Amino acid sequence: MSVAPLTTADVFTLRAEFPYFANPPMNEGVPVAYLDSAATSQRPFRVLDAERAFLERDNAAVHRGTSQAVGSATEKFEGARAAVAAFVGAAAPEQIVWAEGATDALNIVALGIGEANAGLGVEGSERFALGAGDEILVTEAEHHANLIPWQRLAAKTGATFKYVPVDEHGTWSLDAARDAINARTRIFAFSQVSNVTGFVSPVAELVELARAVGAVTVLDACQSVPHIPVNFDSLGVDFAVFSSHKALGPNGIGVLYGRPEMLDALPPARTGGSAITKVTMEEAQFMPAPLRFEAGTQPVSQAVGLGEAVAFLSEVGMARAAAREHDLVTQLIEGVLDTPGLRLLGPQGVDQRVALAAVSVDGLHAHDVGQYLDEQGVLVRVGHHCAQPLHRALGMASSTRASVHLTTTEDEIDRFLDALRGAQRYFKVEVAR
Amino acid sequence: MSALDGLYQEVILDHSKRPVGKGEFAAPEGTLSASHHEFNPSCGDEITLSVAVSPESGKIESLAWEGQGCSISMASASVLSQLVRDDSLTMAEARTRIDAFREMIQSRGAVEPDEDLLGDAVALQGVSKFVMRVKCAMLAWVALEADFTQIEGAGK
Repeated sequence: MSVAPLTTADVFTLRAEFPYFANPPMNEGVPVAYLDSAATSQRPFRVLDAERAFLERDNAAVHRGTSQAVGSATEKFEGARAAVAAFVGAAAPEQIVWAEGATDALNIVALGIGEANAGLGVEGSERFALGAGDEILVTEAEHHANLIPWQRLAAKTGATFKYVPVDEHGTWSLDAARDAINARTRIFAFSQVSNVTGFVSPVAELVELARAVGAVTVLDACQSVPHIPVNFDSLGVDFAVFSSHKALGPNGIGVLYGRPEMLDALPPARTGGSAITKVTMEEAQFMPAPLRFEAGTQPVSQAVGLGEAVAFLSEVGMARAAAREHDLVTQLIEGVLDTPGLRLLGPQGVDQRVALAAVSVDGLHAHDVGQYLDEQGVLVRVGHHCAQPLHRALGMASSTRASVHLTTTEDEIDRFLDALRGAQRYFKVEVAR
Repeated sequence: MSALDGLYQEVILDHSKRPVGKGEFAAPEGTLSASHHEFNPSCGDEITLSVAVSPESGKIESLAWEGQGCSISMASASVLSQLVRDDSLTMAEARTRIDAFREMIQSRGAVEPDEDLLGDAVALQGVSKFVMRVKCAMLAWVALEADFTQIEGAGK
C-alpha cells in the first residue's frame, strides 16, 4: 500500500499553517532549522486556535453539574477522546485515558499494577498479580519514562527486573527478545520507535511472543504516533502511551490506550473526585475506564487542542507524511554515513528506522557540537535524551540527535550535515578523509 | 569576537585537549584528603576531584581529577588545577577563588573578572552568556568545594 509522499511543495504549504514556520525565529538573517521535533513539535495555528476558542467560549467544568454549558463542554472534551481513538485505531473512545503526559500514562499503568498487588485491586485485577519468581521485562534502549516505573514496580512487588540487551548499534533483535521472554514474564514494556536510535521494533511479533506466555504488553509509542500510521487495536498491545506535545498538540496532556479488559481490571493509583460511583466514609467504588483514571480537574482545553492536532494529522495523511519522512531520513542517514568522523547510532541504514538520527562526532562532546550547531541556527537535541543506559551500552555519555517531521525541508537536513562538518573544522578535529 | 569564539577561546580548547591535573591522585603523608564525584545529569558529564590539604597550614598539597565531558567542563577542571598549583593556594584562598569564579560565571557577562585572582579561568568568562553551560563550567569547582566541606568536617 504505497502512497505518494508529501512533496516539497506540500511541505511549504503545510509550513504556512504553523506560526513557528510561517514567521520563524531568525538566526543571522536565516530562519532557524528546527530539527528537534522528537523532543517537542511545533503546533499549527489550528491547534492553538481550537484551544483558545474553547477557553473563550466553551470553558465549563466537564462531567460536573447539569447546565447546557457543561453539556456542550463535555461534548467537546469527549469528542476529542473519540478523535484520538479513531486516530490510533482504538475501536471505542473508552479505550483512551487522558494523562498529564506519556510519562504519567506509563505511571498510571505501573502504579496501578502496584495497587493491584497491594490488595487495592478491582474486579479482574488478579491478572496483574506479581511476586517473587515473576519477571518484568523491558529493553536496554528504553527512555527513562519506560524504565524507572518498572524498576520501582519490581522493587515493590518482589518481581525480577530484566531487560533485552542492545547490540553495538543500540538496536535489538526479535531473537534477543525471544531469549529474554519466558513463562515467568508477566509484563513486557518496550518502545515502538526508539527516541535515540529511531529503531522500529517488530511490535506484532513481540506481542505474539508475550501473549504466548500470558505477559501484559506496554508500548511506548511517543516516537511512532507522530510519524507513521499506528493502529493499536491491530498491533494487539495491551497498553500503549503517547504524548500530545510531540504530535502537534498542547503540553500538559498525554494518552494512555488500553484494551478494554485491561483497563477494566486496572485499579486507579490516584484517586479523588469524579472518578467514583459511590463513596461512603469507609470506602469508594470506581467508575469504569476511562473516567476511573481521571480523578480531579482534567486538562480540558488541552484535550480539545489534541483533538484538533490529530484531525490535522489525519487530513494530511499519516501514510503520506511517513513516506515523506522516510525520504528525509534517507537523506539524513546517507549524509551522516558519507561524512568521515561521524558515528551513526542505531540501524546503519533506513530500514527499521523512523524520523530521527543520533550521531556521535569522533573527538567531540555532544554539548560542544550542540553549541556550534546552535550558533548556526540548527536546533537539535544534545545529551543522553533520557536514555542513559542505552548510551552507556554504546560507550558514550551523550549524542547529537536530529529529528524530522512532516514540516522538515531537505535544506534543513543539509544545514544540519554542513554544521556537523563545520563543527569538526571549528574544533579542529582530525578526520581521516 | 562572536559569542561562540568567546566561549571557545584558544586557551580553553588547549586546556581541554591537554588538561592539567587529570590523572591519578596520591595524598602526601600527613595530609587530610577528600574525594568528590560531581555529575551533570543533563549531559552525563562527570568529574571526580580529589584533594589533599595540610592540617597545619591549610595549604593544598595535592589535587587531581578524573572525568569525562565537554570541552568546557574539562577545560574548567584543568584551569582550576593549574590555579591551585601555580599559586599554591590554601583552602581558604581557594574558596575565595571559587567564589570569584562562580560570580563571574553566573553574571551573564556583567562581571569583569580579575585575572590575578583567576588566572586562565578568566577565559571561561564567555560561558556566562550561555546559561545552559554554566553547570559544565562549575562542575570541578563545585567538586572542590565539596572536598573542602568533607575535610573541614573531618577536622572537627
